[in-house]
Amino acid sequence: MSQLQKALESGRFAVTAEMAPPKGCDFSEQIEVAALLKDKVHGVNVTDMQSACLKASSLGLCIHLKQAGVEPILQITGRDRSRMAIMADVLSAASFGIDTVLALTGDHPVVGDCKDSKPVYDLDSVGILQMLSDMDETDCDCGGNPLSGGAPTLFKGASVTPVYDPLPLQINKLRQKVEAGARYIQTQGVFDRDSLCRFLEEVDRAGIRVPIMAGIIPLKSAGMARFMNENVPGIAVPEEMISRLDAAAAEGREKGVKGLPAQLGIEMAAEFIARIKDEKICPGVHIMAIGAERNVPAILEKAGVTI
Amino acid sequence: MIITQKKPAEELLAILSGVRKVALVGCGNCAAACQTGGEKELEEMKQFLEEQGFEVVGTVLPDECCHKMLVKRDLRALKDCGAEAIVGLACGDGVQTVADNIQLPVYPANNTMFLGQVERVGIFHEYCRMCGDCVLGETGGICPITKCAKSLVNGPCGGQKNGKCEVCPDNDCAWILIYNRLTAIGQTEKLGKTRKTKGYSGAYYPKHVNLREGKKA
Repeated sequence: MSQLQKALESGRFAVTAEMAPPKGCDFSEQIEVAALLKDKVHGVNVTDMQSACLKASSLGLCIHLKQAGVEPILQITGRDRSRMAIMADVLSAASFGIDTVLALTGDHPVVGDCKDSKPVYDLDSVGILQMLSDMDETDCDCGGNPLSGGAPTLFKGASVTPVYDPLPLQINKLRQKVEAGARYIQTQGVFDRDSLCRFLEEVDRAGIRVPIMAGIIPLKSAGMARFMNENVPGIAVPEEMISRLDAAAAEGREKGVKGLPAQLGIEMAAEFIARIKDEKICPGVHIMAIGAERNVPAILEKAGVTI
Repeated sequence: MIITQKKPAEELLAILSGVRKVALVGCGNCAAACQTGGEKELEEMKQFLEEQGFEVVGTVLPDECCHKMLVKRDLRALKDCGAEAIVGLACGDGVQTVADNIQLPVYPANNTMFLGQVERVGIFHEYCRMCGDCVLGETGGICPITKCAKSLVNGPCGGQKNGKCEVCPDNDCAWILIYNRLTAIGQTEKLGKTRKTKGYSGAYYPKHVNLREGKKA
């Protein structure tokens, strides 16, 4: 059974992290990081060519993680693979004991680094979830043909963007994801309690019942925050946090100390996680460290979160 | 309407390398409206090719270049004209229909862009991707297959920013357009009823439609 499912169903505060496969075939860095995350999180999302930039496949790193004793969460987008290719990957994953998946639509190739690649989008996030639910229910493949040995049991999830206008459209999509079989949700990065709670109230009002894990992005600098605010859909870092990061950078320059903004980012992330846990705002968090996964154990320690 | 654009002159000249005598075939329908294959464009092409040293030995302008019988009839005018090749100033369909009717090399002068709306003279927008399985009844008359860069059928992706598409910020997010439209016509309940997966078994090509099946020819 999926470790994440166990945590969420038992009412323990669930923690997931996120890693990207290498742009190449040397996985040593990822395997090193996996060792640091072992027994610290309930699962590690492995991205599927995030931002449409070419990397080794999600399935490949998932297998490495599994072998290193870390529970992988297979991210699946509809960008590069048809329904057949997606189902084939999921079946292969299941044979390695990889049973937790997250369905996404996927960024378009033109925003990535291999712009001539043909976008597929045979299925979107809802379509992927529905196909896997149908597989589970019927023990048949996407063409209605029986699968030998039946379908694997999967714990399926999806993502949501809490800061979104018009919000009813996002809530509607969330409902479709849940109806199509999403049993847990991870949010896009959120930075303040108010935005998160406003969104959760709307979900509640819409009568949607699903565990929603708050997406946490530890900020590294004011520049990173400003860049994300301008360029990443659904990201809204409050000005107050950006000012604090600016102040930390100024202090670092004055004292001749490097890394103060990143240190502050870790502290802010930890504070937010602790608050989410203590106030029971969400049943868990999903930490997207964007290349700084080595910091995840420190963030969890400062937040007082153990699994 | 099938929207076409002229190929760059250098590309056309490269295709025609080694040819001296050409005949031109335009299209009085879509290509004429797109200013890529009407009377004026045929005249301009003739002048251009003559300046480049070609001999233009014939010009034909069928009412529509995608109609096999019509094109067959009109191409009789080129019989014995001595052309070594034909330059088709039509869409890809028209150029192929010409090729179906004549044993000469046929070269395209245009690129075929999309099936689109004529907003006004000279301004065209893509409106239909001809998926073979129309969903407009569920989406307020706005096509998500065409107007969403990912052809999503279950609502928006996370990639819109200020209502604009991540793929091309000049374009509105199709699903916000659909949401606004469904709200305006009192059909928001349809948002939750979109199909979970759209099948593509009807989208194989080449497709055929035969209204004569079972009837006398």
